[in-house]
Amino acid sequence: MNVLLRPVVTLAEGLGYQIELLGAVGARLVHVPARARVIADQIYQSALQTVHVVLVVGLFIGMIVALQTGIELARIGQQDQIGTIVALSMAREMGPFITATILAATAGSSMAAEIGTMAVSDELAALEVLSIDRVKLLVMPRVVALAIAAPLLTILCDTIGVVGGGFVAQSQLNVSYQLYMDSAIDALRDPAAILPLPKDVYGGLFKSVVFGVIVALIGCAAGLRASGGALGVGNATRSAVRDAIIAIIITNYFITWALYQA
Amino acid sequence: MAEIVIRLQDVVKSFGAQRVLDGLSFDVERGQCLGIMGPSGTGKSVVLRHVIGLIKADAGLVEVEGRDVARLSRKELSALRRRMGFLFQEGALINWLSVGENVALPLRENTDMKDAEIRERVAAKLELVRIPEAWEKMPSQLSGGMKKRVGIARALITDPEIVLYDEPNAGLDPEISQQINDLLRELHERLHVTALLVEHRVRCIRTVADDVLFLEGGKALVRLPPEEFFASGHPRIVQFLGADPD
Repeated sequence: MNVLLRPVVTLAEGLGYQIELLGAVGARLVHVPARARVIADQIYQSALQTVHVVLVVGLFIGMIVALQTGIELARIGQQDQIGTIVALSMAREMGPFITATILAATAGSSMAAEIGTMAVSDELAALEVLSIDRVKLLVMPRVVALAIAAPLLTILCDTIGVVGGGFVAQSQLNVSYQLYMDSAIDALRDPAAILPLPKDVYGGLFKSVVFGVIVALIGCAAGLRASGGALGVGNATRSAVRDAIIAIIITNYFITWALYQA
Repeated sequence: MAEIVIRLQDVVKSFGAQRVLDGLSFDVERGQCLGIMGPSGTGKSVVLRHVIGLIKADAGLVEVEGRDVARLSRKELSALRRRMGFLFQEGALINWLSVGENVALPLRENTDMKDAEIRERVAAKLELVRIPEAWEKMPSQLSGGMKKRVGIARALITDPEIVLYDEPNAGLDPEISQQINDLLRELHERLHVTALLVEHRVRCIRTVADDVLFLEGGKALVRLPPEEFFASGHPRIVQFLGADPD
């Protein structure tokens, strides 16, 4: 096969497999109640064990956003708007994106490695000869777990980011913590909505659900297709993280476009 | 005339440029245990994977109970596999499930059996392979011999009519190997299953198999009862057996 054509064919095969897997997961969602315990285990393994990472990263992201924007706003005397900017940045973009990236690096890689190891040690073949549905047993619980965990972690990331921005506003930009928090809370309130939250919050949470599905799906797909021993598992893990981050960025653009431009 | 349960006819299989099976033909009668021997890389494990439908032949026919495995639908293949057991070389136990859960898995996933009934059946199979105490252990806590026993218990949990063993002695010391061999022979006599046994070790084939097929160059070189096979003067078999420490 042509050297230039091969990567395109590989990419198309990979995408096709992931889409097929997504369809298979969708068809097995009726089994969610029966898998509740496994899903809860996955939420614990994938999400709860990354809470500390989300807290640290979210805190510093909020501080960076506050500092970067605060310095510029202070030049035009608008530093009292920092709370609004940090809150909206975290809710719309930074929270979902940072959380999804952390999940890709932790949960996604772990899923690829776990399932990849099963693939190269004949455990997946054993499931097949035992007529056990691998999607129902391995993939669906992981996808559902991350679809639940990602928005919860995103809320945590958003919250800690806003708090971190407040520390910077008070300590370095001479904006009182109360004023900062008032403007941040105002930005995240929409009295007209059913729940008094703006589209920015709903949009961000919707993104995080989609990102959670993407991370789990790509991680599981990479693991299921792993072959060739430890090297194959390593390749699966690397490609799971790389592909998930690329997919998150591309999907992020289209969701943002649909929410704010269309 | 005895019923043929497994039949391979002129099976050809290549992986890339390497032709692993090159017109292989044989059949196995109901209740018979056919041992398959041969040098590494002659496609012994590939034969088993054809029979259970994990891979498809490039040419030729693989039949189980008169049905062409390659032409079965996913549902039909699944139904057929539920009547077959497969012991993998390393056991292929699911590493995040305990021994009991590993053995119970096919029943939990594929049947509507009550938990009590499943536990009873799993306990009986663990008793059968003489590791009743291992229920709560994780695969990482097991020795090679115990993993094999758990693998056998899982392969037998659905009371299959056909069992495929892929090198049950691989990685085991002679003492544990002989225990496994005696266990397989006993199971074969008690359960009257039809079996395909791929193995390098002479002692295993001698203990368990009713007939021995020697593979060479992707073809069946000879097929004989064990006593005749091991007494054979065929130069290739003499050369092969001469290298066996057993």
